[in-house]
Amino acid sequence: MGNVIAFCEFSGDQLRTSALANIAFARQAAQAHGGEVIALLVGKGAQAAAPHASKFAPKVVVVEDAGLAHYLAESYAPIVARLAKENAATVVTATATALGKDLVPRVAALLDAGQASDISKLEGKDTFVRPILAGNAYSTVQIGTPIICVTPRQSEFEAAPELGSAGTVTTAAAGTIETCGAEFVRLDAQKSDRPDLGDAKVVVSGGRGMKTGENFKVLEELADLLGAAMGASRAATDAGMVPADWQVGQTGKIVAPNLYFAVAISGAIQHLAGMKGSKTIVAINKNKDEPIFQVADYGIVAEWEKAVPELIAEIKKLKASR
Amino acid sequence: MKILVPVKRVPDPTQKAKIKDGHIDLTGASWIVNTFDEYAVETALRLLENGADGSRIAGAEIVVVTLGPADAQKELRTCLAMGADRAIHVECQDNEIDSLVVVKVLKGIVEAEKPDLVVMGKQAVDGDANQVGQMLAGKLGWAQATFAASIELAGDKKSLTVGREVDGGVEYKKVPVPSVVSVDLRIVGPKSVKNGVTPESHAYSGEGARLPSLKGIMAAKKKPMATAKLADYGAEAQPAIKELSVVLPPPRKAGEIIADIPTLVKKLADEAKAL
Repeated sequence: MGNVIAFCEFSGDQLRTSALANIAFARQAAQAHGGEVIALLVGKGAQAAAPHASKFAPKVVVVEDAGLAHYLAESYAPIVARLAKENAATVVTATATALGKDLVPRVAALLDAGQASDISKLEGKDTFVRPILAGNAYSTVQIGTPIICVTPRQSEFEAAPELGSAGTVTTAAAGTIETCGAEFVRLDAQKSDRPDLGDAKVVVSGGRGMKTGENFKVLEELADLLGAAMGASRAATDAGMVPADWQVGQTGKIVAPNLYFAVAISGAIQHLAGMKGSKTIVAINKNKDEPIFQVADYGIVAEWEKAVPELIAEIKKLKASR
Repeated sequence: MKILVPVKRVPDPTQKAKIKDGHIDLTGASWIVNTFDEYAVETALRLLENGADGSRIAGAEIVVVTLGPADAQKELRTCLAMGADRAIHVECQDNEIDSLVVVKVLKGIVEAEKPDLVVMGKQAVDGDANQVGQMLAGKLGWAQATFAASIELAGDKKSLTVGREVDGGVEYKKVPVPSVVSVDLRIVGPKSVKNGVTPESHAYSGEGARLPSLKGIMAAKKKPMATAKLADYGAEAQPAIKELSVVLPPPRKAGEIIADIPTLVKKLADEAKAL
């Protein structure tokens, strides 16, 4: 018997889509552990998102405090660890986002818990499947600590549906807020009206072959036509053509959209690790020998300068005909 | 300033993964310093040198440490050849340790060495776990700056401002000395590390970590390498995380080359139902 603390990120009065994948995993874990899902919302504005969270979890615990204006692993981890103990949790989980990856291992250290990172599947109470070696192999791991920490991979768990009835919401005190001397300075946000790379149904990515950031405009036009998120290979982000948080790959975002366009991307193993779970992959590249064609469902051997504008025109035609 | 850099050896990621008896077959594998850890050594060097003339700041020291079998000393020598000053090798077999054991040992080393900073890679490219830096900071009660893409050392050397790549942008976080920093890919950009000594005008090559020079390789042979055991830090060869089995994913079936764009759009709409 043990409960599952699902640390959930929120934005405004809504849980983030990434948090719904966490809830989906947490439900499976709660069943395996014979306990219930407790959604944990920590930080400024947490109370506002509680009603939304209660649609997905039978219990919601909110920690809101003026001292938690900005996320810091140093201040959040002790709160999560304490509430895990107070709520008799045997599993603590958060989606493997940048925040989840920063926070959960620190929580694990405070709880002397073993952690399964970036998991793709719950195999049993204490047994998980996770990709290793840039997704070239899947390892099944068993964790022997009384409390287990987990970061499920968003692309591997479908967003949890709403429950039949709303859960209860309670508040918990933040207690003494520790910062260990750390301070949030500022966030240089990448503003975009496009969907989050992690949630998008369609992703349009460009690689080194795009040559300049300016050239990505045509890919953005394709993306906006399809309501897609923009992505890029490491070569393109490293060259400064596009923002770093567009990077898809082993060390960037892991995506699994319905449709993935890889334009002028060679298909290095690190990039494939981030997108080969996509349902349908289209590769456009002028060199027919590039490895990207080995994972693509549909390949177009052509220069992007010619192929992409034509693709935009054809999709517009298709849309007009419907 | 003294910087401790924990490093891990990993099988060369360009080798194709093979399975033997339900686990990754490492027979005859070639090993390298985990790329992110190599970047951590590079970061430590850039924090402690004048990049323009290559001179080391007085009193600066870089200590590299690894846990692993006897062979792992080769990767420590590589780090010494890059410019680290001395190494600590904690002897153990790979199946005797997990993140928690590693963290226990590193905590013991930090307490003995009292570094001003721990700089390490954000993850090892074999296990892809991304845990040890955060866990170590948690156990030490130190601040952590993970996924660092840039570091600026304050003039008084008592704090650093770290640019972190997070979802939706770059977060700047200030952490005091001592703390734990884990580095991301872009930390090796031409101007990613600022230490107040290297002139603002200086740009590193941006080609990744420096290669050991012949002189560095020769010097590395004479640099001190201490050896220790897990028990020296109160750790036991009892990992809480067990790998039960490893499988290779089924290969994606090869797709088809489409002759023209209209056919592609038709296939995407009718066959893949993706449009």
